[in-house]
Amino acid sequence: MTTSTTPSSTTPSPSTPSRWERFRDSFLLYSFKRDLVAQLSLIIFILMVGAAVLAPWLAPTNPYDLASIDLLASELPPFWIEGADPLYVMGTDAQGRDLLSTILYGMRVSLVIGFGAVLLQATIGVCFGLLAGYLGGRIDAFLMRLADIQLSFSTLMVAIVVGALFKSIFGGATYSDYAMWLLVLIIGLAEWPQYARTVRASVLAERAKEYVDAARVMGLRRRRIMFRHILPNTLSPIFVISTVQVANAIISEAALSFLGLGMPETQPSLGSLIKSGFDYLQSGSWWITLIPGLVLVVLVLVINLLGDWLRDVLNPRLYKG
Amino acid sequence: MTARAAHVALASHEHESEHQDQATRTLLEIRGLEKRFDLSGDFLEQLKFRRGRLVREQSHVHAINGVDLDIHRGEALCVVGESGCGKSTVARTVMGLLRPSAGEIHYDGERIDHLESKALLPFRKRMQMIFQNPYASLNPRMTIQQTLEEPIRLHQPGWSREQVREKVAEVMTSVGIAPDWGVRYGHEFSGGQRQRIAIARALAVDPEFIVADEPISALDVSIQAQVLNLLMEAQRERHLTYLFITHDLAVVEHFGTRVAVMYLGRVCEVAPTRTLFAQPRHPYTQALMSAIPKLEDDRPQHIRLQGEVPTPVNLPSGCVFHARCPHVSERCRREIPRLIATRDGGQVACHAVEEGRIS
Repeated sequence: MTTSTTPSSTTPSPSTPSRWERFRDSFLLYSFKRDLVAQLSLIIFILMVGAAVLAPWLAPTNPYDLASIDLLASELPPFWIEGADPLYVMGTDAQGRDLLSTILYGMRVSLVIGFGAVLLQATIGVCFGLLAGYLGGRIDAFLMRLADIQLSFSTLMVAIVVGALFKSIFGGATYSDYAMWLLVLIIGLAEWPQYARTVRASVLAERAKEYVDAARVMGLRRRRIMFRHILPNTLSPIFVISTVQVANAIISEAALSFLGLGMPETQPSLGSLIKSGFDYLQSGSWWITLIPGLVLVVLVLVINLLGDWLRDVLNPRLYKG
Repeated sequence: MTARAAHVALASHEHESEHQDQATRTLLEIRGLEKRFDLSGDFLEQLKFRRGRLVREQSHVHAINGVDLDIHRGEALCVVGESGCGKSTVARTVMGLLRPSAGEIHYDGERIDHLESKALLPFRKRMQMIFQNPYASLNPRMTIQQTLEEPIRLHQPGWSREQVREKVAEVMTSVGIAPDWGVRYGHEFSGGQRQRIAIARALAVDPEFIVADEPISALDVSIQAQVLNLLMEAQRERHLTYLFITHDLAVVEHFGTRVAVMYLGRVCEVAPTRTLFAQPRHPYTQALMSAIPKLEDDRPQHIRLQGEVPTPVNLPSGCVFHARCPHVSERCRREIPRLIATRDGGQVACHAVEEGRIS
């Protein structure tokens, strides 16, 4: 019998490409280099995240420190308007807090809630989606009905009920201590069906492929097949919805805070800043609401633009990854 | 050198006789295997109104119904039949990817069809599978090295990293892929190369039995022969037993020791390859054989079957082939024929053959 020719005899064997080389040659980077909007969005996003992370060092004052607050300096306008104090570049709010510092700290809170909630959503949603899609049958039916039920409550309603219960049981002081984590929990629990459904759909498609059968024939355990074989192949849609969900979570938090159900005024997020300024809008102090509002819009916009770009890049019809 | 050669010769001779001995022993036994797939959905969808009454209705696809097969050690048993006759379902049920609805599967004397996955693990090491589509059977997110290491790590937990790597290099070389290609991903290879890698993955745990589900039908004709030769080589060197699913009769003639012909979820004839090609007994096999195009066309007119394959949802009574069989009798419509042994070492499930109405 003739032996088959080895591929190495005709072509030189490849050297091991490092992770960086792989990334450098990837379609992801290529398309990023040609997309001005994505580049701009990423730069703004990194700047904002950087500013939020470095807030304790960047901010001129600490808005959480009551001693540094000067009530006499309340409602000062930003620097380009007459009557501004050069000490407060973006002006001050009704309690005399430096608006720039408060926004930096507020962005920090908003981003932590946004990413924390998405991490929680993704963990629950991915696990449930994998279980439902891979095991099928009754487990699938049960988890998906659970998702339907969860989706029929709006996030705001869940937040209102849970927040009110928490406040009445543990009191307002405990609430403001744990408000941030409570919001992460509420938004995280309310939105997991988005992930579960997307992941389940991808798992159903992947499960029918032969590499999953091959893994089963090998005798691998279910958990390993689900997490090691199927999950990596469903990552692209997870990435894409994650970006949208971070933006959504930030908006949900802002909405809750605006309604007075989110972060307390002593640890303002962007949403509660907007709310605190809202009462002074009529009296001419528009900057307290408008500047945090603009920051929120820009933050959500760049995240969404990045998500859009990512969705286009990872679209399997355009590129098989 | 000479002493060693003599030793090798002796060893291979021993192997030979051992081989002969084993050839008579059955490795895999399939008895009355049935697999139905539910068509009617969940409980609520099964409820129907019939004449003013609520009744529960279920319908099934009878993918295989009552398959009996023996696979002997060291042989290559080819299963042939047209699309939808249940060949792949047999393969997948044998490998435990599907649970049979009825019937038993015995591997080396032990019943395996009802085992839990943990109890099945020692058998997983001994039996492996090669799939049809090499473009889907390799995980796109794993390198070849990772793909090949995984089964070894699972089945040889005591092996050191070096041993695992050596084994991977050995199987890769034996299928004609240079071991330093392991850092690449599956999509960087051609279809033929991918199928070799899939074969390497199956060989990595040193199995004795391999189920190949149409392993070459997704490949280029020019590559098919290469992969087929590779499989035959592996069989010789590793003393493998194959269950080979195909619909390509030329491949069967080249590759198979014995052939099982399936029609609508039943085995209608099993015979040694040469016998089957020289003298097919079952009317369906005869029609199948007469359809092979040949250069010297001096044979009698090829047999044209009337009608279509019946739907596997509502199986015909009696012999599944009776509606299209030229030798049909009243008994065929009533009674399901059993496999009976023929003089030339095969088995046929046909009343007409049994009664001597056809030779």
